[in-house]
Amino acid sequence: MAGKTLYDKIFDEHIVREQEDGTVLLYIDRHLVHEVTSPQAFEGLRLANRKPWRVGAMLAVPDHNVPTTNRLRGIDDLVSREQVETLDRNCTEFGVQEFAMNDKRQGIVHVIGPEEGFTLPGTTIVCGDSHTSTHGAFGALAFGIGTSEVEHVMATQTLLQKRAKTMQIRVDGQLGAGVTAKDVVLAIIGKIGTAGGTGYAVEFAGSAIESLSIEGRMSVCNMAIEGGARAGMVAVDEKTIEYFRGRPFAPQGELFEQAAAYWRTLKSDPDAVFDKVVVLDAAEIAPQVSWGTSPEMVVPVSATVPDPANETDPVKADGMRKALAYMGLEANTPIEQITIDKVFIGSCTNARIEDLRAAAAVIGDGKVASNVKLAMVVPGSGLVREQAEKEGLDKIFLNAGFEWREPGCSMCLAMNADRLEPGERCASTSNRNFEGRQGQGGRTHLVSPAMAAAAAIAGHFVDVRQIN
Amino acid sequence: MQAFTTHTGIVAPLDRANVDTDAIIPKQYLKSVKRTEFGPNAFDDWRYLEPGEPGMDHSKRTKNPDFILNQSPYDQSTILLARRNFGCGSSREHAVWALTDFGFRVVIAPSFADIFFNNSFKTGLLPIALPEEVVDELFRDVATDKGYQLTVDLEKQQIIKPDGSVITFEVDAFRRHCLLEGLDDIGLTLQHADDIRAYEARRQQTAPWLFLDK
Repeated sequence: MAGKTLYDKIFDEHIVREQEDGTVLLYIDRHLVHEVTSPQAFEGLRLANRKPWRVGAMLAVPDHNVPTTNRLRGIDDLVSREQVETLDRNCTEFGVQEFAMNDKRQGIVHVIGPEEGFTLPGTTIVCGDSHTSTHGAFGALAFGIGTSEVEHVMATQTLLQKRAKTMQIRVDGQLGAGVTAKDVVLAIIGKIGTAGGTGYAVEFAGSAIESLSIEGRMSVCNMAIEGGARAGMVAVDEKTIEYFRGRPFAPQGELFEQAAAYWRTLKSDPDAVFDKVVVLDAAEIAPQVSWGTSPEMVVPVSATVPDPANETDPVKADGMRKALAYMGLEANTPIEQITIDKVFIGSCTNARIEDLRAAAAVIGDGKVASNVKLAMVVPGSGLVREQAEKEGLDKIFLNAGFEWREPGCSMCLAMNADRLEPGERCASTSNRNFEGRQGQGGRTHLVSPAMAAAAAIAGHFVDVRQIN
Repeated sequence: MQAFTTHTGIVAPLDRANVDTDAIIPKQYLKSVKRTEFGPNAFDDWRYLEPGEPGMDHSKRTKNPDFILNQSPYDQSTILLARRNFGCGSSREHAVWALTDFGFRVVIAPSFADIFFNNSFKTGLLPIALPEEVVDELFRDVATDKGYQLTVDLEKQQIIKPDGSVITFEVDAFRRHCLLEGLDDIGLTLQHADDIRAYEARRQQTAPWLFLDK
């Protein structure tokens, strides 16, 4: 019999019961909660007179609606404020631990989970947020759910699941200088398409993935959903284990060693068979820039905007034409000639300390170009912000003309006051370039933190490999 | 949950691929703490000519005459015909609530994003995946017959066309059962509460580090 994949190992460990048709009641170890997708679930519990099954398995934080400036003043937008206060009230009523808006540990839910050691290898982790796939970087099975399932997990600590198909995406070889985890995952999505991973749990593997830092692996897994896969994961190695030593929610002492012994088994067996295998050559991956309104619409920075006339699939060609019209771009324009109005460095994809270091390194003592109306850095958490300030990164950003903000989701989805105005073009380290995502009529180009920083200084996209 | 047995309604063609949940319900409306009243803001950016915010009287906003759901009879449609990878992006169940609140009971497309597909069943919206060429044919049918209607029979797993011809479709047996009966998932799962407790007791022995609940 063939060996097991990492996905199958974790899935099998969490089966509470299995129906004859293969529907599994899957135990959920960790439930992250934020203000947007939880109020209706808490209300559902109340209406049914139910209590959370295990509040200790829950951790809540407001992140989508929180302002990134003048936070001590509270939230100006009354509707946003009501939603954040509803989370506070629900957490108090049901006894759920919450890092409230002005707690130093507050931040983007997918940044704080690992940072606190709430995320752990081998666990099942869910959150009412599609970027929950981020936590798969630690050899966990992590995926986003809707609000009905949020309520189901609250009430039962389980989910009804069917086993996913498995896909291995292997990136072999060595990444070139200036090529980051973000470029790797954008290149992957460009190759498999936004629906390429639908129905699959993806394991990212290969020497290029192994050589990534833990935070880099998080950026890759974060965007698994942009390739259609609910869950992305990476096998546990010593980097993973060391990451958790001393984290507040992680086991300590002897219990840590006991856990680590188990965590070391969290990798696919050498003879495991995947339903699908995709291979990329790391050496061929260049810094990426998205040009359209879907994350699969991405090209190397040295390329030109694609021409729908060269696309044989009529549905795709139609999508390309709509995207070009929305983005205000002409086919065949060199990417490096596209000028930008705003720069956003942040989001659950790229707002951790290494992302900020990478951006600051590119900036050096440069200044934001005069055509750039706003360049902002939004750290992923209060602790990331604190660390960056310790290292003096905030000074580099401020000196260059960037704004240095408080942590939250911010302009990744523009639920708070941070947004693009109609027609504005943004170099963004976030994960989605959908129409209107960063503000109605806004035009998003997805890039790595280094590429965003380089674009901020140049005023247009540039190949970060040609700087320094 | 609202049960689904059979449904007959007007089919609206939404001829674009990768319709994401940000398009189905833009972010500003996610600030609501309710499950209802999302219908007026379904496809908000495409449906209205000026920007919208929560709390507005949306009936007073200018509708985009080019958008299909603003045109008669599609403003009365209950079956949405779409292209591949419908519902991609954010996990927001609000997208499903917006569609059902608008009046949709069925979405037909060549493929769906996983989370949207899953969410649909929880709110009584039936997502039906059909081969691309069958969807193409339905787009052609709709284009030639304004007010084109289909009947969807979940029990028989059939779509009946106006000429009486039948398209069969696949649906997971357990999900079909839950939808036909309008069953509450949580109630069903809690019938197995003893199994969940037994699992936890077992797991506390093998992985005690997972139970350091604060």
